[in-house]
Amino acid sequence: MSSIEERVKKIVVEQLGVKEEEVNSEASFVDDLGADSLDTVELVMALEEEFECEIPDEEAEKITTVQQAVDYINANLE
Amino acid sequence: MSVYARIRGTGSHLPERVVTNEELERLVETSDRWIRERTGIAQRHVVADGETCGDIATRAAEAAMEAAGVGPGDIDLLILATSTPDQVFPSTACLIQHRLGIPGGAIAFDIAAACSGFIYALDAADRFIRTGGARRALVIGAETFSRILNWEDRGTCVLFGDGAGAVILEADETPGVLSTHLHSDGRQEPLLNVPWGVSKGVEALMTDPASGKVTMRGNEVFKIAVRTLGAVVEETLAANGLERGDIDWLVPHQANIRIMAATARKLELPMDRVVVTVDRHGNTSAASIPLALDVAVRDGRIQPGQLLLLEAFGAGFTWGSALVRF
Repeated sequence: MSSIEERVKKIVVEQLGVKEEEVNSEASFVDDLGADSLDTVELVMALEEEFECEIPDEEAEKITTVQQAVDYINANLE
Repeated sequence: MSVYARIRGTGSHLPERVVTNEELERLVETSDRWIRERTGIAQRHVVADGETCGDIATRAAEAAMEAAGVGPGDIDLLILATSTPDQVFPSTACLIQHRLGIPGGAIAFDIAAACSGFIYALDAADRFIRTGGARRALVIGAETFSRILNWEDRGTCVLFGDGAGAVILEADETPGVLSTHLHSDGRQEPLLNVPWGVSKGVEALMTDPASGKVTMRGNEVFKIAVRTLGAVVEETLAANGLERGDIDWLVPHQANIRIMAATARKLELPMDRVVVTVDRHGNTSAASIPLALDVAVRDGRIQPGQLLLLEAFGAGFTWGSALVRF
């Protein structure tokens, strides 16, 4: 079983079409990984599907880096 | 013996005037690149002053009738899907009936289901034909969204265009429309609307014309549209006992290339099996599916006997799909 961080990074690689080595924990989806507003929506949708949870829009807006995504999943996954 | 509704001909019409992304760059703070990356749109058509929904719908209908080899006297049902009718009443369908010379006594009415309108109209016409209420139907989707756009709102004015598309549906022993799937959910109305109407807010519209235009919370609509369309295409396959690879062509509502790509991924269809016109037409609401269908029929991509999946999502929310053997 992969760690949450590994699963999040795998989704980021798939959704944003970036190289694995670019996806470090502090990478910003928009500033470092070239995501636009719809990419970030699709990324959140992919996270919701992978972790079988619902991320409200107001929470989703605060998830701008890989680490923030991992932290959110950790905090909200029982 | 079962009766099915079969597509006998298609037609479409686009207004002459083309508005490019470069032209919009001079109106609002946007860029060709921004529009293309997020929507896939490069240009859209816009009606001339005085040109109406009924005008372009009539042209599309004439093209479909010619393709089908039928005259006005052959048509006993006319359904127009639109959210931008010419008048409060009578229905624009009745205005078109008169202009085309379809005999008095035929059935003509409008359907309003925003961007899903054509699927709703196709569903209704299919039911009329299968139950013997009509033999030959003219089903049109036509819109003049340029009239309800706020040309100062960069979030919406770049997305839409005007146009019309039509099909002739005919009773036949061979299918035809195989299944239709319609759904609505009024709870999310505020995410995408034009918040005025004859019975509400017309006075405000007269003093502040900018108040009466399309408003949309794009990112939220995008997310719900992708999920909902994914579910409705699954529903369509399951209802017909089909596998993902069985579809020959996806003919989606042309809202946004990225929504279409997401649905294609769900169906495991490569993008070259998706009819895409959003780059040239923009989002023409209820007109987009019959417009796309006509383009792909006329350029020879869609061939008789092929299996088509039509799907749409729009304000309401409304959404739906149709599985059609062409």
